[in-house]
Amino acid sequence: MSENTRPPGTAQTEESLARNWLQRIFVRSGVLRAAALPALAVFTALVIGAVIIAVSDPDVLAAWGDLFQDPLGALSETWFSIADAYLALFQGSFGSPAQVVRGIGRWIETGNTRPLLDAFRPFAESLVISTPYIFAGLAVAVSFRGGLFNIGAEGQLFVGGLASVYVGYAITGLPWFLHLPLALLAGIAAGALWGAIPGYLKARTGAHEVINTIMMNYIAFRLTDYLLQGGPMTRPDGLPITPEIQPSAYLPALFPRPVRLHVGFFLALAVAAGVYWFLWKTTYGFEIRMVGANPRGARYAGVGITSTVVLTMALSGALAGLAGANQVLGLDHRLVRGFSTGYGFDSIALALLGNSHPVGVVLASLLFGFLRGGAARMQSVAGVPVEIIRIVQAMVIIFVAAPEIIRGIYRLRKMSAGEAVHVRGWRS
Amino acid sequence: MPPVLQLRSITKSFPGVLANDHIDLELHEGEILALLGENGAGKTTLMNILYGLYTQDEGEIYVRGEPADIRSPTDAIRYGIGMVHQHFMLIPVFTVTENVMLGDESVRAGILLDRDRAAGRIGEISRRFGLNVDPSALVENLPVGVQQRVEIIKVLYREADILILDEPTAVLTPQEAEHLFAVIRSLVAQGKSVIFITHKLKEVLAIADRITVLRRGRVAGDADPARVTEAELAKMMVGREVILEVGKGQARPGDVVLDVQDLMVRGDRGALAVDGVSLQVRAGEILGIAGVQGNGQTELVEALTGLREAESGRLAIQGQVMTDATPRAITEAGTAHVPEDRQQDGLVLPFSVADNLVMNTYYVPPFARGIVLQEDEIEAAAQQRAELFDVRTPSIRVPVANLSGGNQQKVIVARELSRPIRLLVAAQPTRGLDVGSIEYIHSRLVEKRDDGCAVLLVSSELDEILSLADRIAVMYEGQIVATLAAADATKERLGLLMAGVREEQATLVT
Repeated sequence: MSENTRPPGTAQTEESLARNWLQRIFVRSGVLRAAALPALAVFTALVIGAVIIAVSDPDVLAAWGDLFQDPLGALSETWFSIADAYLALFQGSFGSPAQVVRGIGRWIETGNTRPLLDAFRPFAESLVISTPYIFAGLAVAVSFRGGLFNIGAEGQLFVGGLASVYVGYAITGLPWFLHLPLALLAGIAAGALWGAIPGYLKARTGAHEVINTIMMNYIAFRLTDYLLQGGPMTRPDGLPITPEIQPSAYLPALFPRPVRLHVGFFLALAVAAGVYWFLWKTTYGFEIRMVGANPRGARYAGVGITSTVVLTMALSGALAGLAGANQVLGLDHRLVRGFSTGYGFDSIALALLGNSHPVGVVLASLLFGFLRGGAARMQSVAGVPVEIIRIVQAMVIIFVAAPEIIRGIYRLRKMSAGEAVHVRGWRS
Repeated sequence: MPPVLQLRSITKSFPGVLANDHIDLELHEGEILALLGENGAGKTTLMNILYGLYTQDEGEIYVRGEPADIRSPTDAIRYGIGMVHQHFMLIPVFTVTENVMLGDESVRAGILLDRDRAAGRIGEISRRFGLNVDPSALVENLPVGVQQRVEIIKVLYREADILILDEPTAVLTPQEAEHLFAVIRSLVAQGKSVIFITHKLKEVLAIADRITVLRRGRVAGDADPARVTEAELAKMMVGREVILEVGKGQARPGDVVLDVQDLMVRGDRGALAVDGVSLQVRAGEILGIAGVQGNGQTELVEALTGLREAESGRLAIQGQVMTDATPRAITEAGTAHVPEDRQQDGLVLPFSVADNLVMNTYYVPPFARGIVLQEDEIEAAAQQRAELFDVRTPSIRVPVANLSGGNQQKVIVARELSRPIRLLVAAQPTRGLDVGSIEYIHSRLVEKRDDGCAVLLVSSELDEILSLADRIAVMYEGQIVATLAAADATKERLGLLMAGVREEQATLVT
């Protein structure tokens, strides 16, 4: 009898069919199951990244050329190549624990905070990079919950930046507790408007929001170009940069330079909590989710579809606008052409990775932020190009969007209906 | 000769429920076996095990005497077992050929799709079994009855000898069901064996060679359709005497609650689906609208509940004009609507049972204060209503998608009948439900009527109309062709009216 046949009568439960601990996690349901897939996606992506790092390292290739003369050499060269790269990545993302300890020591001895701040800088910088991801990721997540694709986060981010920087430099003489909220509000309102327009068009005419939000992106980019290049918002010296905002509009920094961490990060966390409350604990959130889950049922239930769609897109746009305001008011204190490095587009992947839930979005944003934070050091210290990190990020996105790949690699069971990400097809 | 299929001692449990408890089942070649049982009795689980969608905890399957290890539908298909599901799995924008081919494509030169060869085979199967399906037709253009035949072809294309049909007549008109029975008889005459899962007692007696009844995961008994009665079958299914005809007292109609004048409503394709309908429903009476599906009943109900605009005409609820009012306004005027399509319109499947129980009332106190949802209140009310209306669910927090069709319908009924209402519009309220659930819903409808509610019942099941309605209006091609008192209605008379035969013509014929 071969090992594949079983005597009749011995059927198996799902549990016993789980051949290892990994599969057993998937059989149990709950939070662990929801987090397991993204975690595996990240792990697998890092493994693939490691392979690419090794394969693109000339020293490693040379060592493998001498495989038969020096097999251990090939292996150790590979190992060190990968280890150096990821160690540099880690130090770039988090910093070096040893350096932190030294910094504390120096501070105690001499009262000089600089070494400690330098040691803390990588970690803080990763949080800084994560912050606009959180806002933009929340924006797209909200739209997904409402059954809509907001591809316009980038444009909404731009107009949010424009509006808040204008309020920041054009209004003088206000105390910070009026000026800062006003500047933030301007960013929110501009983003909300930029989102509401495609939302309204979708609700009233059925015009698909994917097309309209993309077009609004282009309008936003060209608007920025116009305003900044010799237009009304240019600095007097002619460079495509706006004037600096008043200190009363700054998002306060939490530490002295070189650490750039400012209140924006904690504002993002608070906003994430707020989005959770709004979507799951209020009537408006209930309506948004109902329209996303079943528009026909929502009509039957008396929900105003037009107003809900507009609200969803406006809220989404507002959050993306906050991302722009965050960059302007907390980091640069002015708006520079190219101040956004594609946060709005990455955020679509983040929303998917976080399963359109605020907690997931925050975690996914932190992941991407930390990866990006370490990429520069990985390049300067280990000589690994930053594009590797883009590849890792892209792999994570692919694995989350096509879970069958991960399931195939690790031989896991099928998912239940509840796990599906709620994005519907082209026809809504 | 051994039976073509044998299930021995099949046992399967899920967290909290023993779905199949040592079930034995036999199917002989060329036989039509009916598998009868309430929702939750375990029929679908058993068939899913047979088809490889689940694996049994204990027990064996034997196909033609050989033990069969079925771990996936691919295995089942290899053993010659095919399943036609209740909810079709067809791609609307593909042709019949493409749908049937999907997953088992004919290829030329390795990667090119060979639609012609597949279409040829499909045509052959279609002719051989009397299915009459055009392989090049687009599925979305086909009526439901024909779509079902495409599902049957899918199964035959993969050379199944044992066919499992899950609730096949749930979506068919009486005529289409007759056609289906003819097809099944043809299949069996050519050597196929069929397991027919159903709740409908009349059908079982009409089509089956043998009946096996399941109740609460166990075999409750076998029966011979030639000898057993409906009442006996119902008793086996439910475990107690079942009232197949609800006993209702005389109606005591009061004031007019719903007043419809000359309503005209356009359908999806632009034609007038409702062509000048006038009717009135009084408090304390049930007006039944009889008619074959597709004669405008759906559009009429949509217009009455705010889901479709009327072209012209007037409708008033308790004197207030509500033509083209929003669904919310109509609900707030004291109307309840049990919709025809429970999953698309009546529920939000990914949401919890509790959320669904407040699906249209979440925005008022006590369920909300201002814009904040009061979760404790919602859960407390949901728990109470679920118990009161006998909704079988492990908890009110599970997604309502996990519930069986009957229990999903009970959620809708629990929601709609738990608030003070003057008008209840119930469209096909017991479609696809088992005897126990039907009995329950019928009794709640009569209860509401006796409470003084006006009830508009739209149903394509003549028995249901005859059993419940005090007055009956027959709809044909968008018009009410006759309104009669229940006492004056007979099946024959209604059947003729439903087919468009005017009364004057009928008397002329005789």
